[in-house]
Amino acid sequence: MSKPGLPVPSIPASADTPLRRRVLKAIRNRPTMRGAAVLLGVLVLLALLAPFIAPQNPYDLASLNMMDNRLPPGAAAMGGATYWLGTDAQGRDMVSAILYGLRTSLLVGLLSTGGAMLIGITAGLFAAQIGGAVDALIMRIVDFMLGFPSILVALVLLASVGRGIDKVILAIIVVQWAQYARLMRASALVERRKEYIEAAVNFGLPTRHIMLAHLLPNSVGAVLVVSTISVASAITLEATLSFLGVGVPVTQPSLGLLIANGFEYLLSGEYWIAVFPGIALVLLIVSLNFVGDRLRRSFNVRAST
Amino acid sequence: MTAYFLQRLIQSIAVLLAVSVVVFFAVYGIGDPIELLVPPQASAAERLALIKRLGLDQPVWHQYFTFLGNALSGNLGTSFVHGVPVVSLILGRLPATLELVLLSMITAAVVSVPLGLYAGLNPDSRPARFIMAGTVIGFSLPSFWKGMMLVLLFSVWLGWLPTAGRGETVAFLGLQTSLFTWDGLEHLILPTLNLAIPNTVLMVRLIAAGASEATTQDYVKFARAKGIPRRRIVNRHILRNILIPVVTVVGIEFGSLVAFSTITETVFSWPGMGKLLIDSIYQLDRPVVVAYVMLTTLLFVGVNLIVDVLYAALDPRVKLSGGMT
Repeated sequence: MSKPGLPVPSIPASADTPLRRRVLKAIRNRPTMRGAAVLLGVLVLLALLAPFIAPQNPYDLASLNMMDNRLPPGAAAMGGATYWLGTDAQGRDMVSAILYGLRTSLLVGLLSTGGAMLIGITAGLFAAQIGGAVDALIMRIVDFMLGFPSILVALVLLASVGRGIDKVILAIIVVQWAQYARLMRASALVERRKEYIEAAVNFGLPTRHIMLAHLLPNSVGAVLVVSTISVASAITLEATLSFLGVGVPVTQPSLGLLIANGFEYLLSGEYWIAVFPGIALVLLIVSLNFVGDRLRRSFNVRAST
Repeated sequence: MTAYFLQRLIQSIAVLLAVSVVVFFAVYGIGDPIELLVPPQASAAERLALIKRLGLDQPVWHQYFTFLGNALSGNLGTSFVHGVPVVSLILGRLPATLELVLLSMITAAVVSVPLGLYAGLNPDSRPARFIMAGTVIGFSLPSFWKGMMLVLLFSVWLGWLPTAGRGETVAFLGLQTSLFTWDGLEHLILPTLNLAIPNTVLMVRLIAAGASEATTQDYVKFARAKGIPRRRIVNRHILRNILIPVVTVVGIEFGSLVAFSTITETVFSWPGMGKLLIDSIYQLDRPVVVAYVMLTTLLFVGVNLIVDVLYAALDPRVKLSGGMT
């Protein structure tokens, strides 16, 4: 996700060429796919460039003008500029708020997925390599975690620790790591039965070396492939939590919080405060899901949930 | 069958015990239970009385068994805000949530069987592609966003349906329900629809995948070779075989529907358990949150148990292989 337009993290060298070719092929062959990938690239770019292209800094209270609050799209500002998507209750320009919100949403989605992947891959790798009681223990915990809907676990968790970007990221990690652990264990178990691992074991290579240099790079692909969809579900989860009022703080609104802020005005017909951030959120999630679903199918990885 | 049932029952009790340990340590171990269970405005004497009553001067294992004993006898504390036992508070909100959840499950089943069968049996047709693309979008959109768009379209712009609340209810079999008044039904439509979308999408995909797989199976080929009409093959043979995984998923999803109803209830101000949970989180009414977790877990574990037993009854192979984890 580092480069726009190429929505998959770089792959260890051993698996590089065929994997990358398949990713690019999966994207190139389908027009809808190409559309989704381009859209995703544009959204990531907008989020990265937000401080440079946003007409206003929505966090800087001095630049907000309360006289300009709740203006409809296209209205002229006191200062002469135009609010293309209108303003919210604090007189914030919606274009700027959405660009910054996109940044927060993507940041939470990427960091939480990264953290969950790190823990899940480690747990899955250890479970597959060591086996026995360790494997049984880890997998019981995984089953236990996956038995409950993530929204509920995250909600209750945040209810007891309070809101904050770091806390939301932690809560999402807690509810997401288990699915990676299960996937990683399954693919590492398949890999372990292969001859090259047997050869490495007979060769007397240390277990640590076998795990990190052989097992990890050859079985991590399945996890990386589903990661795109997981970023989308992490962003959805964050938006939902923020909507329910336990997510990101009001000082750094994500798209979900912007939508929540606009909800009360929606009923009186001032639709733009909630609808435009909502459209941005939907475009982000749908493009991630389209790209992710296509990748998953072209690698034939079954989602674990 | 009995052995299988007992085995699953023991597993379920183990899960409940595990949750009770987690909840116990979250409330009593990590956080300060006094902080959590005493209202902020309580006097020093009230604090001391509560410490003694909760047995917080006892050793940890003793405290855990007291907590467990209280929980088993249905005592999960008293709400700070409402001043009534939390269990009865939550159970009082249960009918509203169940009404929503059950109605949306029925809606999902009624809509998804024909759509899924059509998409699975005619995978290359234009409507089938349209249905499948619709499922990706329906699956992607956050639930609260779909709810808000329903409100914007049907309530604010078209003015056809009310925006929020439960409407007029009447007593039926001792429970308040909005199914029998026009006002109640009007209020039910949008929340039910919103809650039904994720499950409809999931079931359409499952049924479509199952149906398209079934057409290549020997039993379908044989039925066709025997000259059985297509309609009968679909209804008698294909549908029956697809329904096993569908029943499982519907059962498992019942739990997440209760969880998802939290979102729908918030959007539509529906006075159910989920709304109560969110309100209690805002008002720092911790006993309600703790009780909600315990009761929902009980619900989940119970439903999973029922689904697994039903599954075993529907598919004899399950018992022989010792069940699915």
